[in-house]
Amino acid sequence: MTDAHPAPHKMSARGVSVSYGDKQAIRDVSIDVDMDHVTAFIGPSGCGKSTFLRTLNRMNDTIASARVTGEITLDGEDIYSSDMDVVQLRARVGMVFQKPNPFPKSIYENVAYGPRIHGLAASKGALDGIVEQSLRRAGLWDEVKDRLSDSGTALSGGQQQRLCIARAIAVDPEVILMDEPCSALDPIATAKIEELIHELKGRYAIVIVTHNMQQAARVSQKTAFFHLGQLVEYGDTDNIFTAPKQERTKDYITGRYG
Amino acid sequence: MNKPAPDAVRAPTDWKTDAMQKRIRRRYARERRFKLFGMLAVILSAAFLAFLLFTMVTNGWRGFTRTEIALPLDFPAMAMQIEPAQLATPGANLALSGAELEGKVSNAALAAYGPQSVPVLSDAAWLKVREALKADPSLLGRKATLWVPASTQIEQGLRGNDAAAPLARKLYDAGKLHTGFNTGFFGDSDSTDPVAVGIWGAFKGSLLTMAVTFLIAFPIGVLSAIYLEEYAPKNRWTDLIEVSINNLAAVPSIIFGLLGLAVFLGSWSLFGVRVGPLLPRSAALVGGVTLALMIMPVIVIASRNAIKGVPPSIRDAALGIGASRIQVVFHHVLPLAMPGILTGTIIGMARALGETAPLLLIGMRAFIVTPPGGFTDPATVLPVQIFLWSDEVSRGFVEKTSAAILVLLVFLLAMNGLAIYLRNKFETRW
Repeated sequence: MTDAHPAPHKMSARGVSVSYGDKQAIRDVSIDVDMDHVTAFIGPSGCGKSTFLRTLNRMNDTIASARVTGEITLDGEDIYSSDMDVVQLRARVGMVFQKPNPFPKSIYENVAYGPRIHGLAASKGALDGIVEQSLRRAGLWDEVKDRLSDSGTALSGGQQQRLCIARAIAVDPEVILMDEPCSALDPIATAKIEELIHELKGRYAIVIVTHNMQQAARVSQKTAFFHLGQLVEYGDTDNIFTAPKQERTKDYITGRYG
Repeated sequence: MNKPAPDAVRAPTDWKTDAMQKRIRRRYARERRFKLFGMLAVILSAAFLAFLLFTMVTNGWRGFTRTEIALPLDFPAMAMQIEPAQLATPGANLALSGAELEGKVSNAALAAYGPQSVPVLSDAAWLKVREALKADPSLLGRKATLWVPASTQIEQGLRGNDAAAPLARKLYDAGKLHTGFNTGFFGDSDSTDPVAVGIWGAFKGSLLTMAVTFLIAFPIGVLSAIYLEEYAPKNRWTDLIEVSINNLAAVPSIIFGLLGLAVFLGSWSLFGVRVGPLLPRSAALVGGVTLALMIMPVIVIASRNAIKGVPPSIRDAALGIGASRIQVVFHHVLPLAMPGILTGTIIGMARALGETAPLLLIGMRAFIVTPPGGFTDPATVLPVQIFLWSDEVSRGFVEKTSAAILVLLVFLLAMNGLAIYLRNKFETRW
């Protein structure tokens, strides 16, 4: 299928279903993720948007009962094929989690860990360079440059989340998955992360799961609406929010349920 | 019961009624009572501990002292056929035995103090003379007065514990006795004479046994815990393994002793081939292996709990930037679990250190006069030594038993101190 239609998309999902044991969490989802776009997944709690996000870098592998069917490709390569090395996949498709989860190590070590295990820096100087660049891109450099040896867990919640973004950036990923990255943050920290997403947009394909519809409208160019494990509607963010085609999407967006 | 109608109007609660006030007073009383019970429990346990320490110290401090008696020796008159130069050679002990030094020392005591109803010298007194001669060969050519260990009857008599008390008092008043710190207690091993016994042999045996136990139980226990927590699928087999490990942790230690006896010291046939004793009897090696079997379940359980306590978000974080399973475990999970693992290990080691029953079964209750030189030499350990001494009839051994218990307690205290130090060192501040 990918041979017949060479995918111009960064990532494509075709007919993806996920089940945990007997319980089906995702049913037949097809979606494309493009390079210079931010794609938002919205939907009520338990609709499967986070589950789907986690299939994109195979984080579901850690759950023994999870079964994934269908096809997901990164640059046309099937990420669930046996040729795909899951460690490399996760370096190429980075992830930022709901709750900031820096390692209980220094700020420097948090960012340097990824490049170090993947052998991305030839020297100490090169590693310093990667750390500085990643922290700059995450908009954290000016706040922490004088205390790189302090513990990453001593930062505020918003700073921790930006540190986690810097950590993801440091391994030079192509796609960054963000699983409700602002849900544990206050409005000011949220604004900073959203600003950061704008700045990172050109460089990485970004997929963000959120249940804050305003946030989806602010940061994304494409929006996918999930409900009860199904992809209800997928299209340009402007269209989804102003002229949804599906009744269910309209009801959700106007706050009828959620 | 008369259930009020769902739409009935509730009367406003009056918080000032007598019933309410009584309820409040009862609540406070209950709280005070609970606090009191807790405090009583703490005081009671502290009192037990204080009582134990007090008894041990009052009984045991004398075990660290030794009474010595002045013994005038006229070496030229003994006419021993020994050249002073010979005393510097390895054959010195043999030469001095050949010269009947032991008998000559006894004669010197007889000459100095006359025949008495009890021996005045310790059985080990002549050994002290031998060491003195080896240290200073020029003694052979002159008269000298040496301080040598007095007999246990004299020592006890001086404390008013023996029929020899009047004699001991007389000797003491004549300046022939003095009591000082017993350095030999920390340098010597078991002996039949309580005056001459030392703890060093048993202490060294304990050290060697603990080393074997740690080297076997720690890596195997921690690796099992890692496998079970991080890799093993959760199914009926792993449940069975978990139940078995929990059971093993509760098996009485004497059964591990029997196991060690049968497997390591017995000879059994395997597919028709006789497999002889695998390990030497009475040695620190077999003791260590047996104790390792005993504490391994403790380490596995403690390590699994410590690994379980590492937040899953840390694993996600590491996996999310492309760390492999083994990198997640060794770079993140294990360092964070280390304080808990170490605490569990030290608790297990402390249990092994205090263990007596299984070691009796594998022959570590031997009478060890020379400290073990290695893992395969016959050895005993501190608690077994305490057990052996507590069984002796001689009054002198009572003090030595208490003194040995104090040494064991200090050893345990040092181990627990090490555990706290390591835990603080590895603990991550979030």
